Amino acid sequence: MLARRLIPCLDVKDGRVVKGINFLQLRDAGDPVEQAAAYDAQGADEVCFLDISAAPEGRSTLVDVVRRTADQVFAPLTVGGGVRSVADAEKLLLAGADKIAVNTAAIRTPQLVADIAARFGNQAIVVAVDAKRRGESWEVFSRGGRTPENIDALDWARRCADLGAGELLVTSMDRDGTGLGYDLELIRAIATSVTVPVIASGGVGKLADLADGLVAGADAVLAASIFHFGQHTIDEAKAYLAGRGLAVRS
Amino acid sequence: MIAILDVCSGNLRSVERALAHVGADVVVTHDPEVVARADKLVVPGQGAFGPFMRGITERRLEAPLRAAIAKGTPYLGICLGLQVLFEHSEEGDVAGLGVLRGRVTKLAPTDKTLKIPHMGWNQVAQKLPVPGLATDAYVYFVHSYRVEPADPSVVALEATHGVTFCAGVRRDNVLAVQFHPEKSQGVGLALLRAFVEAA
Repeated sequence: MLARRLIPCLDVKDGRVVKGINFLQLRDAGDPVEQAAAYDAQGADEVCFLDISAAPEGRSTLVDVVRRTADQVFAPLTVGGGVRSVADAEKLLLAGADKIAVNTAAIRTPQLVADIAARFGNQAIVVAVDAKRRGESWEVFSRGGRTPENIDALDWARRCADLGAGELLVTSMDRDGTGLGYDLELIRAIATSVTVPVIASGGVGKLADLADGLVAGADAVLAASIFHFGQHTIDEAKAYLAGRGLAVRS
Repeated sequence: MIAILDVCSGNLRSVERALAHVGADVVVTHDPEVVARADKLVVPGQGAFGPFMRGITERRLEAPLRAAIAKGTPYLGICLGLQVLFEHSEEGDVAGLGVLRGRVTKLAPTDKTLKIPHMGWNQVAQKLPVPGLATDAYVYFVHSYRVEPADPSVVALEATHGVTFCAGVRRDNVLAVQFHPEKSQGVGLALLRAFVEAA
């Protein structure tokens, strides 16, 4: 039986981790390669880098970070942030990424999703959907949550799946950084609207939140802070999920 | 020297890195002569069956691959490197190498809540011993098609995703798996190490 995935996420800016794994005795707490290796050693099912550099020069260091990570981490690696073209995606995939996450560029040019899927396979393209609640529905935002797009999140999710996205990384902007748990209605609504895997993101503050996201229909759960700040290890999270009767890789 | 077949596969570099990590002396090649005299062969594969098989044909690798397998060169196939051993694939309606009898069909679980591609970590049960692989180990899969060997005695591994399917075959010098050892952390590296270190 396919295990549900637990994915720690590292925010990277100008080649350095912004929120680090502070609790580990790392030589260099800001080095994304070392931190990815630490998560790998803890048994993370995948590792995710999201580059939040403002300038293109900052992002160019990402390819090198991915290459050095892939030299020592033999687990699936998802990389997003600033990918604008098939060529950008190819650079990261050749450097050792397994999946490329796109957000703003997919909204501007939906064909990019289809093009990356056609070139590298559906499994290589993840669309990151940043959504904010608007009454009974959710609106899609671009540019790291800065720009409202007046697009319905469920319509967009279905469109991305039709275009060839291999999975959707769904982040609740209302919950991100709050520790109040995922927006479970959002996760449930999207998971029942598409047939591709859904990764829940945004809002995890405790282990029960991870379980709730999976019960709501997510195939994988992503979290940053609860691992970064030493609240929990990957092992603890896996043990908790197994105790809740959820299939996880031991 | 271990030859890694270069047929424009998405996981080529990952496989190369993982093999180098476990101490293998590798060469990435699509030179038929290098394939013919390799001590061992690794055939990675990620992508679509048609272009992959076409890549093999266009590089004139079909005959040297068959010959190497026939003369006993240890062969490790990964993903498409497994599927291509069979006679035919539904994906694109293309003929394979036909080293093993059987076909490649779309993975179609009856439970419609199960997602395709089958992507993520799943357990494999051993029907035949696979060196280096722990019993019921979790390994990383990414695929939408699966092999259906005509001869059940070659089935070495099985996994379940709605349906139970063949996740690996073994016959004489041939070992091939549907999952990605290069992305299966320590479990996968152990399998690669066993292949590299086998006499």
